[in-house]
Amino acid sequence: MTYLFQILNGIGLGMLYFLLAVGLSVIFGLLQFVNFAHGAFYLLGAYFTYDLVERGVSFWVAMPVAAVLVTLIAAATEIVLLRRIYKLPHTFHILVTVGLALMIQELAIIAWGPLGGNVPAPEAFNGVIIIGNFVYPEYRLFVIVFTAILAGALWWVLEGTRVGAVVRAGSESAENTALLGYNTLRINSAVFGLGAGLAGLAGALAAPIRGVEPFMGLEALGIAFIVVVIGGMGSYTGALLAGILVGVTQSVMASLWPEGARLMIYLGMALVIVTMPRGLLGRA
Amino acid sequence: MTVALQVENLNAFYGKSHILQGVSLEVREGEIVALLGRNGAGKSTTLRSICGALTPARGAIRYKGNDIAGWPAYRAAQAGLLLVPENRGIFNLLTVEENLRISERKGSPWVLGDIYRMFPRLEERKRNGGGQLSGGEQQMLSIARALLNNPRLLMLDEPVEGLAPVIVDEIVNQVIEIRNKGIPILLVEQNLAVCGKLADRNYIIELGRVAYSADAATFAKDDGARDRFLGVKAE
Repeated sequence: MTYLFQILNGIGLGMLYFLLAVGLSVIFGLLQFVNFAHGAFYLLGAYFTYDLVERGVSFWVAMPVAAVLVTLIAAATEIVLLRRIYKLPHTFHILVTVGLALMIQELAIIAWGPLGGNVPAPEAFNGVIIIGNFVYPEYRLFVIVFTAILAGALWWVLEGTRVGAVVRAGSESAENTALLGYNTLRINSAVFGLGAGLAGLAGALAAPIRGVEPFMGLEALGIAFIVVVIGGMGSYTGALLAGILVGVTQSVMASLWPEGARLMIYLGMALVIVTMPRGLLGRA
Repeated sequence: MTVALQVENLNAFYGKSHILQGVSLEVREGEIVALLGRNGAGKSTTLRSICGALTPARGAIRYKGNDIAGWPAYRAAQAGLLLVPENRGIFNLLTVEENLRISERKGSPWVLGDIYRMFPRLEERKRNGGGQLSGGEQQMLSIARALLNNPRLLMLDEPVEGLAPVIVDEIVNQVIEIRNKGIPILLVEQNLAVCGKLADRNYIIELGRVAYSADAATFAKDDGARDRFLGVKAE
């Protein structure tokens, strides 16, 4: 029974990891762009939520507003800065985006201080569910259900709509997509913004669980890269599968051998790199 | 006849190689124009410069009252200049039907049903991935996508290269149908027999310039030109 609890916890965590990583993965697939600032967008999503809730705004308003703000900031960053460096080697991507991530982190410290804070779970879900001798926080259950619905909707958009087909076409060949009359520059900005916005949403959803602090972006970046590497660069279902795998591993290990949780995840990633360099569901 | 597309003194580079050194040609309404020439002469580069896949360094491309030289590819496509590239440009990860759906544009004389009547194979294979198609099916799909995209001028880069004779005939017939529907076509083709069936006029490109031009009847009789520019004996 305790394992069931840990697994459920892990799935909740994993769904957040999925939200965090899917944008990174899709952005890499579309633009071959390595974005070390992705964690910083998660950080911004969490802090915007924190800030708004502190001002008395309802969590239900704060969460979507935070995600939209992050989307707009990320799209603007893409237009002003990042699209100019896509053609440069990956080392330049890393230099520029690490710099961007550090700037965002320091700005967060200037704006909200170095100590961080807590975001209360929204009132509708601040209790626990008791089934037999099994206790589970309602908010975590909400996160699982909400992200599952969102994951389904995202999958439908990517796989079932014309817009999704254009994005997949663009990730295969930007030139051939442009030859059909699509402005790929605009598509890139939109996808970059939305991908970062999903990371921001993950931050907003995570805030009531883990609070906010200025270094949460770095931790999130590490997790996001692990998920993308295990799942396969550019793969949507890969990010979902790997997100849940990492979440469940982390959660189950926390009760078996807490110090080994990270070790297991990094070992798993190393194993995937050695045996399946493209990731579990990566494509050629 | 009205001129649909006029190219003047087009110059284009790949890196430092000066590939097009002043190409001038025109395509009139209702005709199929073939570009011939040896490998590396600049035929594909001409098409790619016209549709904006490559930005020309100098020269003018007059189309519907605009000089579109230097327009990005998406704007040229939106204006109805559609390229069916040599590599066919099929999205392998999309299904056949998705490849078609993302190419649909309002106002096009062709809709999905027309395409499936023209190329029944595409309907049979609509759930297959683009990467699973044979070369001939990929060519049909690539042409079909351009038709759905509301073309005003179609550019075909070696549409029958490497295809089986029976498929070549099918594609040749469809290209004639498209021209008869009123869409002018600029064609790059190495196969003289196919050119003979399709082209109303011919240009021969050599070393990045137009070295010869003639209408179909004159070209058919001009063994000398074929020998000199293409290095092939008349059949």
